[in-house]
Amino acid sequence: MERVPILEIGGVLLVSIQIDLQDQTVLALQEDLAQRISDTGAHGVVIDISGVEIVDSFIGRMFATIASLSRLFDATTVVVGMRPAVAITLVELGLTLGDVRTALNLERGLKILGEQRRGRR
Amino acid sequence: MVGVGERRLVVVLRERRDEVLEQWVRAAAATLRGRVTAAELERESRELYTALLPVVGDNGRDVSGERYAEIRSLLAELSRTRARAGYTPSETASSVFALKRVVFELTEHDADPDLFRELMDFSSLLDALGLFTFETFARAREEIIAEQSEQLLELTTPVVKLWEGVLAVPLVGTLDSARTQVVMEKLLESLVETGAEHAIIDITGVLAVDTQVAQHLLKTAFAARLMGAECTISGIRPQIAQTIVALGIEFGDITTKASLADALRHALRSEGVEVVAADRVR
Repeated sequence: MERVPILEIGGVLLVSIQIDLQDQTVLALQEDLAQRISDTGAHGVVIDISGVEIVDSFIGRMFATIASLSRLFDATTVVVGMRPAVAITLVELGLTLGDVRTALNLERGLKILGEQRRGRR
Repeated sequence: MVGVGERRLVVVLRERRDEVLEQWVRAAAATLRGRVTAAELERESRELYTALLPVVGDNGRDVSGERYAEIRSLLAELSRTRARAGYTPSETASSVFALKRVVFELTEHDADPDLFRELMDFSSLLDALGLFTFETFARAREEIIAEQSEQLLELTTPVVKLWEGVLAVPLVGTLDSARTQVVMEKLLESLVETGAEHAIIDITGVLAVDTQVAQHLLKTAFAARLMGAECTISGIRPQIAQTIVALGIEFGDITTKASLADALRHALRSEGVEVVAADRVR
């Protein structure tokens, strides 16, 4: 089974999804991520899905799950780079991402996390 | 006599060709009421007549066959031009049917029973050809309609850039599922391309909003939000506002503004841009 790599950059965990997600991969990612946030004490998680073209309701729920999971560690989740087709699919599926933040691209996502961190201090 | 040499009708049609053509053109011109020039009508009729001669004697049961290829393409061309020029289907088909009367009048003093039989066949042949004209006419019309609705889709949904990071879609006319779909996709794609964080859907030019249209607008706004952009809906007219409230449509936390100007100001403010009047004192 393929695993999605989790990178750490400046107190932020970066998850860049470049493969077609299987349900097993998603579950493994959630476990890995929880472990890494707890290990590193990261204040933010950025999920880059610019490479994802197909989503289903399971993947749609993944974002909300990761968001509530990281909130337990006081980390904010930002989903970046969602493609129009994916956004339309999620809306048609009637899925809301809860209070997950979204941004057009990785740069904006990191900016949001930076601003939030400065605001907290 | 049938079976000996040629059929009588064919002989008549070939020998009195000019006479028949002249009367046919006159009869066809009467139904078209002078909207086609006589020269053009004559050229068309001559071509049709020439293509028709070899198939005279058939009863028109297999007009889709190989033998009819030429006359079919001529008729198709004729009804297509007629459809584009805005003639009615009956006007188009009666050009063909007019020949029937001309030929009947020419041969009405002839008492030959064989000729009568041939005329019957000729009549059903022309009927089949007329119906074919009718069908191609309808098809040509459908093509035109499909073409136009496609053009309409392209024309009426421009995504314009109002400011650095602010896009707008001025919607005009009637919204249906297909159009809203196009708008939605175009807008979302432009958001990705330009990296704009604000989108404004202006519905000043939209005449009516029903639950379905509102649903589409909401979906677009939510999709934009999923992608990390903010979507504002502006230009809701008083009547439309009344309808929306009466229908019980909830826009939720989507920002709505009265005018495009308000929406732009809102977008600029959240971008951190301040618009101030220039100092006029010199």
